[in-house]
Amino acid sequence: MTGSAVPFAALTLVLGGMLLPSLRGAARATAVLLLPAVALYFVWSVPDGAGATVRFLDYDIVPVRGDRLSRLFATVFAMMAFGGGLFALNQKRALELAAAFVYAGSAIGAVMAGDLVTLFVFWEVMAIGSTLVVWSAGTDAAYNASLRYLMIHLMGGVLLMAGIAGQVAVTGSIAFERMDLSLWPQWLILAGFLVNAGGPPLSAWIPDAYPEASYSGTVFLSAFTTKTAVYVLLRGFPGAEILVFLGLIMIFYGIVYALLENDMRRILAYSIVNQVGFMVTGAGLGTEMAINGAASHAFTHIIYKALLLMSAGSVLFMTGRRKCSDLGGLFQSMPLTAACGIVGALSISAFPLTSGFVSKSMISQAAADGHLALVWLLLAAASAGVFLHAGIKFPWFVFFQKDSGLRPPDPPANMRLAMILFSFLCIAIGVYPEPLYALLPYPVEFVPYTGEHVASQLELLLFSGLAFFVMLDRYLQRTLTITLDVDWFYRRLGPLAARALVGGGFRRWEFLLRTLERVAGEAGAYLYRHHGPEGRLARTWPTGSMVLWVAVLLASYLVFYYL
Amino acid sequence: MIAIHFPALQVVVPLLAAPLCVIVRNARAAWLIALAVSWAMLYVATGLLAEALSAGVISYRLGSWAPPWGIEYRVDPVNGLLLVLVSFVGAVVMTFSRASVDHEVPRSQHHLFYAAYLLCLSGLLGIAVTGDAFNIFVFLEISSLATYILIAMGRDRRALTASYQYLIMGTIGATFIVIGIGLLYLMTGTLNLADLAQRVPQVEHTRPVLAALAFLTVGISLKLALFPLHLWLPNAYAYAPSMVTAFVAATATKVAVYLLLRFFFTVFGASFVLEQVQVPAILLVLSLAAMFVASTVAIYQDDLKRMLAYSSVAQIGYITLGVSTASATGLTATLVHLLNHGVTKGALFLLLGCMALRVDRVTIASIRGIGRTMPLTTFGVVLGGFSLIGVPTTVGFVSKWYLVLAALERGWWWLAVLILLSSLLAVVYMWRVVEAAYFKEPAPRARKVTEAPLSMLLPAWALVAACIYFGLDTRLTVGVATQAAQLLMGGTP
Repeated sequence: MTGSAVPFAALTLVLGGMLLPSLRGAARATAVLLLPAVALYFVWSVPDGAGATVRFLDYDIVPVRGDRLSRLFATVFAMMAFGGGLFALNQKRALELAAAFVYAGSAIGAVMAGDLVTLFVFWEVMAIGSTLVVWSAGTDAAYNASLRYLMIHLMGGVLLMAGIAGQVAVTGSIAFERMDLSLWPQWLILAGFLVNAGGPPLSAWIPDAYPEASYSGTVFLSAFTTKTAVYVLLRGFPGAEILVFLGLIMIFYGIVYALLENDMRRILAYSIVNQVGFMVTGAGLGTEMAINGAASHAFTHIIYKALLLMSAGSVLFMTGRRKCSDLGGLFQSMPLTAACGIVGALSISAFPLTSGFVSKSMISQAAADGHLALVWLLLAAASAGVFLHAGIKFPWFVFFQKDSGLRPPDPPANMRLAMILFSFLCIAIGVYPEPLYALLPYPVEFVPYTGEHVASQLELLLFSGLAFFVMLDRYLQRTLTITLDVDWFYRRLGPLAARALVGGGFRRWEFLLRTLERVAGEAGAYLYRHHGPEGRLARTWPTGSMVLWVAVLLASYLVFYYL
Repeated sequence: MIAIHFPALQVVVPLLAAPLCVIVRNARAAWLIALAVSWAMLYVATGLLAEALSAGVISYRLGSWAPPWGIEYRVDPVNGLLLVLVSFVGAVVMTFSRASVDHEVPRSQHHLFYAAYLLCLSGLLGIAVTGDAFNIFVFLEISSLATYILIAMGRDRRALTASYQYLIMGTIGATFIVIGIGLLYLMTGTLNLADLAQRVPQVEHTRPVLAALAFLTVGISLKLALFPLHLWLPNAYAYAPSMVTAFVAATATKVAVYLLLRFFFTVFGASFVLEQVQVPAILLVLSLAAMFVASTVAIYQDDLKRMLAYSSVAQIGYITLGVSTASATGLTATLVHLLNHGVTKGALFLLLGCMALRVDRVTIASIRGIGRTMPLTTFGVVLGGFSLIGVPTTVGFVSKWYLVLAALERGWWWLAVLILLSSLLAVVYMWRVVEAAYFKEPAPRARKVTEAPLSMLLPAWALVAACIYFGLDTRLTVGVATQAAQLLMGGTP
């Protein structure tokens, strides 16, 4: 059975999202909640295998392809669009939800795309949609961050496009199948994917851009771009060894920077890099267990990271503050937000009976099965680190610790509902993981709740918890600091270096600019002299000179032909 | 069966309708005749193309004289495609023309205007359909003389000098072509193209044949306005009535390109032209010069019709560039771009005609802010501009895609880069239009204008829609073009 060539699920959200700004009140709320449900229905109505092909130029475009892996990602994307939509119902700016739905829809389109061209199209729409989500926060910082974000993603898009073009030129096929990195275009494609995954050395765009979005925008942003990248890595490059190393770098990069960070949403953004690192490592391990682990971890991570960011978003929405050093003691007046934040924190730390536990342990297990002792050890150490930076640090500094004197109530009902829904999912998956396991690409033989698993994970978590409170006073006290990251190079160093290179000093810089301006002006004037309305090349010529040209050309043709 | 006489009817009907227009001496009646004939010719042309595609070559003996002594009309996928393009543009432009011609041409001359149009149509279709070299010259003269008249009817007084210059250059071109044909006749004793194709290879390295090739190349280059022989074109396009500009820009140069292909590939043969004589090298240099110089000139033009005229010169560069890659893919690109550019430029010039109806001279200054008062027209110009630039989902993308493909096939990465770079120049000159139309404070006249009448908007938008449709559904354009390209390269179609 072949399915339709029309990506209904993606179009539902993309086109529906575009219509959202024209709706008001109850109609808008209904649409926001209904569209993801409709999209989910379409996701599940796609049969296994490639859908109908559309012939464009010489290529067979397969706009829709269904299999277990793509369905898993599309499902969680639709759920995320629903939860995020619910959370953002009270967002005043019409643009944000519209952009977020276009973004979510194109992410679904990307994971269900059957060929590289379709993938690329949705990839670029995602970049535009997510940029608009950042931008719609409406602050100057958000505007600047969105531009940097767009630049990075357009560059990733160019890498991807060059890779796809090369792949087509070499193999003549646009099919999106497993690639073995034997051709140079495939390295470009991998690089394009990794830019979106937040791979080194360009991980910094995640903590640079995501925290600048509005309280609800960040919730959407955390879900789609990086997870789509994980999906394409799982499909295109499973078992590529280099991914193991890149993944480990991302894991530790995320932990170190999150520990240093003061802004609560930047902490969570760094922990996205860290968590995606686990998934990239899983893709690099490439065994069935590792793929299952990475895919299920992407599924659970989307839910608990959204939950954490909803909790942080609620705090931001109610207090207008985002720095840990300005917050604290909020559990008294925001008990529900605190509770949900703690559920998310426990999930990300992979506490038994939460969703993180049933998914992350599969990746470690895959490393153990492959007898990769070093990788396993590093993953175990990283699990402890995750508990430190996200599991304890975020809730502790925001909801407990000192009393900041703030007494905001819990957020409005729609935001509370969204948090409750996602908390429920976190615990439900943790307690009863079988439905999730049934969705995974390969059959699952893994049993999470063995005595050994539970005991070792609890030991790990409790000791790192102990370490947190021991170190709290000396090393982890929050101060008003800015953490330097790679983005500093292109945000600050670039302009500074440019100035230094011309001999330092503002006047020299001005002089250089003026010189450049003059050169450009003269080049323009030269062009204008010859090509401008009165220029030699644009003037109306006397008929005689035209004829002269004809004679010259005829003579040269004759000479050429006779030679 | 009337269908077997389609090749003759394709030419004879408009030829006879022209004097009819003069006889009735009534503007409305002349328009109706021209309109009916144009649509009928589209019907005939599609019939011919369909048959040529299914049955291969259609050979029609005029007056039942057997070729090579009698005149033969010969339709294969290559000229079948061209017949459809010319008659399609003709039909659309004719539908558009009434309000526009009422506005731009004195009413007392309307019947003459439409008669000249019909002669021009007849000539262009005749060049495409005939299989006889001398017949080509005759039809070339018919269409050219008619075009001089049509251009001279422009309101601007400079139209007269433009027409005069075109007359001189066109006549030189036609003379060169007839000299070339004469030299071929001298060496082979035949005028039938298919027969020539048989006989030329036996004498191909003699000087008269090489001279014939040179005369034909220069003569046809003049007609198709290949850089640097394009100098007649900008003024002719700029000062002619809008409807004439659209029709001539979309068809006349395309027919000349067809002639070039026909002589190069059918008569002289692909291997001779592409491998033994250095045609591709010369064409490559001239095409690149056209792409860059003409596009740069277009950037500085204030008169939009002149700007698009220079853009046409640049686009002709793309068309001949496909030939210079000397491959079937390149030739496909040439044929596809021939169609695509015909449709795109037709659409753009018609839309400028809509604007001309409201603001008279269409310049960057006079259309400031017109996006607010003529939204449909302006948006059409934007879409047409997309196609000119080669944005995906427009026809312009399809032909550039094949052009880049042809360049890569030869391993000419630098050429692919140059093609993309020159597209950026198109972005610049189209952006000037967008900027003026949407982002500038309205000019005094542009503020008061209203949208053009539907009788003009609908045909213009039909062409715009074709730009998008053929950008998505490439079966017709690319399918036929591939078949035609293989035919020209000498492979089995």
